[in-house]
Amino acid sequence: MNEPILELEGLSKVYPGGLKALDNVDLTIRKGEIFALLGPNGAGKTTLIGAVCGLVRPSEGTIRAFGHDMASDWRKARARIGLVPQELSTDMFEPVHRAVSYSRGLFGLAPDPARIEEILRSLSLWDKKDERIMALSGGMKRRVLIAKALAHEPDLLFLDEPTAGVDVELRKGMWAIVDQMRDRGVTIILTTHYIEEAELMADRVGIINRGKLLMVDEKEAMMSRLGRTEAHIALANPISELPQSLSQFPIEIEQGGTSLCYRGGDGTGRGKAEVAELTKALIAAGIDYTGIDVRESSLEEIFVSLLGEEEAA
Amino acid sequence: MIGWRSTWSIYKRELMRFLRTAFQSVLAPVLTTSLYFIVFGAAIGGRMPDLGGVDYGAFIIPGLLMLTLLGETTSNSSFGIYMPRFTGTIYELLSAPVGVAETLIGFVGAAMTKSLILAAIILVTARLFVDYSIAYPLLAMFYIMLVAAAFSLFGFILGIWADNFEKLGIIPMLFLTPLTFLGGTFYSIDMLPGPWDKIALANPIVYLVSGLRWTFYGSSDVNIWISFGITLAFLAACTAVIAYIFKTGWRLRA
Repeated sequence: MNEPILELEGLSKVYPGGLKALDNVDLTIRKGEIFALLGPNGAGKTTLIGAVCGLVRPSEGTIRAFGHDMASDWRKARARIGLVPQELSTDMFEPVHRAVSYSRGLFGLAPDPARIEEILRSLSLWDKKDERIMALSGGMKRRVLIAKALAHEPDLLFLDEPTAGVDVELRKGMWAIVDQMRDRGVTIILTTHYIEEAELMADRVGIINRGKLLMVDEKEAMMSRLGRTEAHIALANPISELPQSLSQFPIEIEQGGTSLCYRGGDGTGRGKAEVAELTKALIAAGIDYTGIDVRESSLEEIFVSLLGEEEAA
Repeated sequence: MIGWRSTWSIYKRELMRFLRTAFQSVLAPVLTTSLYFIVFGAAIGGRMPDLGGVDYGAFIIPGLLMLTLLGETTSNSSFGIYMPRFTGTIYELLSAPVGVAETLIGFVGAAMTKSLILAAIILVTARLFVDYSIAYPLLAMFYIMLVAAAFSLFGFILGIWADNFEKLGIIPMLFLTPLTFLGGTFYSIDMLPGPWDKIALANPIVYLVSGLRWTFYGSSDVNIWISFGITLAFLAACTAVIAYIFKTGWRLRA
């Protein structure tokens, strides 16, 4: 699990117009993990994928995949990398089966009809194998792209916005497909701006904005480190100031003294325990309350907060 | 090291693309060649003298062959690489473990194959109208392959250079076809009045038509070695440009 299969060092990309799409990115991807790269539109996610997959020429830095330098020994590395692009770019006139078989051959593997059948069946495409891609729905076309990327049995798979613009049902189907691939031992790097997707699937999360990798961490560690608990306590009677006995809690009066707001904890549940202590302290101080609303911050809030800090900096 | 499986996949797919429109691909040159023979061969050719001892109908065969060969080879090859760029499917080629050799042998080889099939169709069609024989058939075939290779490479460059359909069509339409018409397809350069006979020699297509005509009938406007030399020089120039394109990723990689 800890063996690195992709290492980016000082990776930068400046487009001819002067746009710095990647700014000194260092990143190591471990074998077998699902890594989610989060970032708003234009953050540099697709450029990073492009740089690894050979679609973008890096301006600076090195990329090593499976121990091979992608600048000099790219053939061996590329043969083990699959890419599902964000755009539905397929040869619309080709039948599904032929398009997927082509991809296998293009990556230098001998024809293997049984393997192609297995891939098509796993993606529920077998019934559509003789249909032209142009006749398929958007969701099916995305599956064809996944099938093409899996045709050469990659060890590392890039999914660039795999669920962008697809409905909820199909999105869940995609998550199931990613689970299947994880079970097969495929390392997956996915980009998304659906935080829920990263929260659900990823082992590690990287947050990128304006080409800079702001943070990379285990999903749980990130939530633990940056997560917060927020509680709103509706008071039975308004108060104008907090008694001294409550000064140890990170609370403040809100809504004209009719409510208290607690913001604290660390994403591990410590906040909830502290809210429970707070309620006891309120009773002890003679402050009655009528309701409590407790909420743990999500990865999305962490993400938004990080981006906000970066914008401010 | 060339990845032959990758090469074969590209080659096969490009040929399949040709076969998808086989009816049009085959019928169009048959019809066009037939029309040329009816108009120039039968209607006008009957009143033309022999040229260098060759019947006029037979004389125009190498020119007609070159006319179709240059146009079809260039457009097949340019479309072959332009369409993946236009539709975005080029991502797969660029991310695959294939280099310049696999790409060129695949795309250009397929374009050459299509051209040779078309050349065979034109020759068979011509036989329906004119009685002719080829003096050096192996040399003719080799020359056709050489020209097909050069213009496949040229079309490949065109397909990478073009960033819209207009640009893709403008070079064949505005330069290639007129130069071929003026390149001795339907006449011998000797028939032109001065100084046009000299000016015509600045047209590179003259050397191609003339070279092919020599392999057919053993005589032509220009020395066969000059024709071969110019064809090889064009082939080398196109190869150098493509090597530069792949080295720099110009218009291929962002």
